[in-house]
Amino acid sequence: MSLYQGIFKRDMQVAFKQKAELVQPLMFLLMVVTLFPLGVSPSPDTLQRIGPGVIWIAAILSSLMAMERLFRDDFQDGALEQYMLSGMPLPAVSAVKVAAHWLVSFVPLLLLSPLLAMFLNLTVDMYIALVLTLILGTPLLSLIGAIAVGLTVGLQKGGVLLALLLIPVFIPLLIFATSAVDSAALQLPYHAQLAIIAAMLLLAAALSPFAIAYSLKVSQN
Amino acid sequence: MWKWLHPYAKTERAYQLCLTLQPWFWVGALACLSVGTVWGLAFAPQDYQQGDSFRIIYIHVPSAILSMGTYVAMAIAALVGMVWQWRTAYMSMIAMAPIGAVMTFIALFTGAAWGKPMWGAWWVWDARLTSELILLFLYMGVIALYGAFEDKQQAGKAAGVMALVGVVNIPIIHYSVEWWNTLHQGATISKFDNPSIAPEMLWPLLINLLGFAFFIGAVTTVRLRNEIVLREMHRPWVQALAMNKALNQQPGDAATASLKEGS
Amino acid sequence: MLEARELTCSKRDRTLFEGLSLVVEPGELLYLRGPNGAGKTSLLRILTGLSSPDSGAVLYNGMDISADKTGYYQDLFYLGHKSGTNGSLSALDNLSFWLAQHNVSVPVNTLFDVLEKVGLVGLEDVPVRYLSAGQQRRVALSRLWLKPAKVWILDEPFTALDVKGVHMLEKSMKEHVGRGGLIITTSHQHLSETAGEHRVFDLEYRF
Repeated sequence: MSLYQGIFKRDMQVAFKQKAELVQPLMFLLMVVTLFPLGVSPSPDTLQRIGPGVIWIAAILSSLMAMERLFRDDFQDGALEQYMLSGMPLPAVSAVKVAAHWLVSFVPLLLLSPLLAMFLNLTVDMYIALVLTLILGTPLLSLIGAIAVGLTVGLQKGGVLLALLLIPVFIPLLIFATSAVDSAALQLPYHAQLAIIAAMLLLAAALSPFAIAYSLKVSQN
Repeated sequence: MWKWLHPYAKTERAYQLCLTLQPWFWVGALACLSVGTVWGLAFAPQDYQQGDSFRIIYIHVPSAILSMGTYVAMAIAALVGMVWQWRTAYMSMIAMAPIGAVMTFIALFTGAAWGKPMWGAWWVWDARLTSELILLFLYMGVIALYGAFEDKQQAGKAAGVMALVGVVNIPIIHYSVEWWNTLHQGATISKFDNPSIAPEMLWPLLINLLGFAFFIGAVTTVRLRNEIVLREMHRPWVQALAMNKALNQQPGDAATASLKEGS
Repeated sequence: MLEARELTCSKRDRTLFEGLSLVVEPGELLYLRGPNGAGKTSLLRILTGLSSPDSGAVLYNGMDISADKTGYYQDLFYLGHKSGTNGSLSALDNLSFWLAQHNVSVPVNTLFDVLEKVGLVGLEDVPVRYLSAGQQRRVALSRLWLKPAKVWILDEPFTALDVKGVHMLEKSMKEHVGRGGLIITTSHQHLSETAGEHRVFDLEYRF
């Protein structure tokens, strides 16, 4: 078993033993999305207009709930300490853990997305744009989110603080993603928005493993 | 080149520096703010388009510029703390944070007050206003994160990371009026072009900008002094300082008399 | 050879120790003593490199560990208050993953032998959280016999162990030292003669 299989395989195995923890954020997502037709208006036109934003907001909120399990268990049971003493570079360990977390948390979201698109009356063009923004944008949520999770992992009352720290940072992504889907609704090109999201993703992919490693070291101190 | 800065890694030297700078900052703030505000509110010529309601520019623009400037200063302090492990850097960072947040709030509030007569709306979700609001959230996040840790050195490191992650927002705010079609007017003062504002209106603006900067400096030095004393309570120099202050303030007091006897 | 040079550590603005230096040679067992809150755990964590001191350095074989950690970590085994095992995985899985992470390959037979030695035969497939505290401790300790580490840094390793467990651990410590290994440990109980000769280092509580 190579080093990263030792982390990746382990995280996958742990995730599948904690299925309840994985399903709950998805159910939360589904319920939040259903609140909008019920609370705002069930009219198809309204839903189509607010749909992209609703799905993205629900995705951000449910990801904040799912994010904590990224390092919490490992911090509390001491597995994180052992990673830091193993000789594996901590940025690499962080990157692998974030990748495993993304697969487990967001791929189900992508699988659920057709249902959400149907609930909110999105057209096929809009749905394609939505999926593209989700594929590019959700790794960004995981990468940047992991920095804040690393900082708050040692605190008792991490939950709401995590949301307060991350929501302002996620707003640009939200704006560009919904702009892309709105452009798709008007049959306009949206390469620019996707390119910007992709650029943010590349920047995050390059820099955040080091930031995450630093955050974990701060929490360990 | 930066060797002269190194003594201020020690809290005692930083404290002395704050004591020295403080009166100058207060005097500068008082002088510039009174001159600038009176000039701007009473004596600057009326705007041909907006009449007298443009005068809120003398509060709005300095507070907006300095809300961003303070955040950048905070991020620089965080970077210094992270790279050189200076405690005073982290203490400065958290000393600046609340005043920066207040500046951001003033910018948003005066902006809304200006927006109502100008645009007919207290608030619009255009790029500049939204990114300035995000700045306020970032400030609050840094302050909240710092407060959540009991070990304040650890708190400084954590809040420093968040401050640096958020610094990306500053260029977005600044260039938002260029990158997006916004309702908000373009930059009044640009580094390279002639300013788009008449000189008689410009001078009070610059003086107020300086005044606000002095004010932020003054409040920061007060907060930094407090933070240093609070964190270094156990050190002998702080205890000597407290002793001196008690003895100097009320020589006739029974409590201080017993202090004198004890020392 | 593990050396601590002029270590200063403060937590929550309280100085735990200042200018602390110590040297531990191979073939030595150092017993770190002190009251609660004196800074024993903090000192051990600084020696492992998990925490950074305010000032000072830790050197392993003459090299500063903050400069190059890989060499030190190959030779190091640390067990702190936390077990380092995930409750939902079995003992076998936990140990296999841990060995993979530390780049130690051990034949399956050896793994089962060690599990038998710590008395966990029959329990190796059960998720660790269903084991008792003492059994969980044994899972964590079994790594001592799996990784060929020269330096053992153990923070209160006898916690939750029964008499047999304590005896087994102390015997292992004596054997390890006899082989030229180096141990730094703390405990609230005294080390008995089973642990062999040891040097005592007292850490005082500073106000």
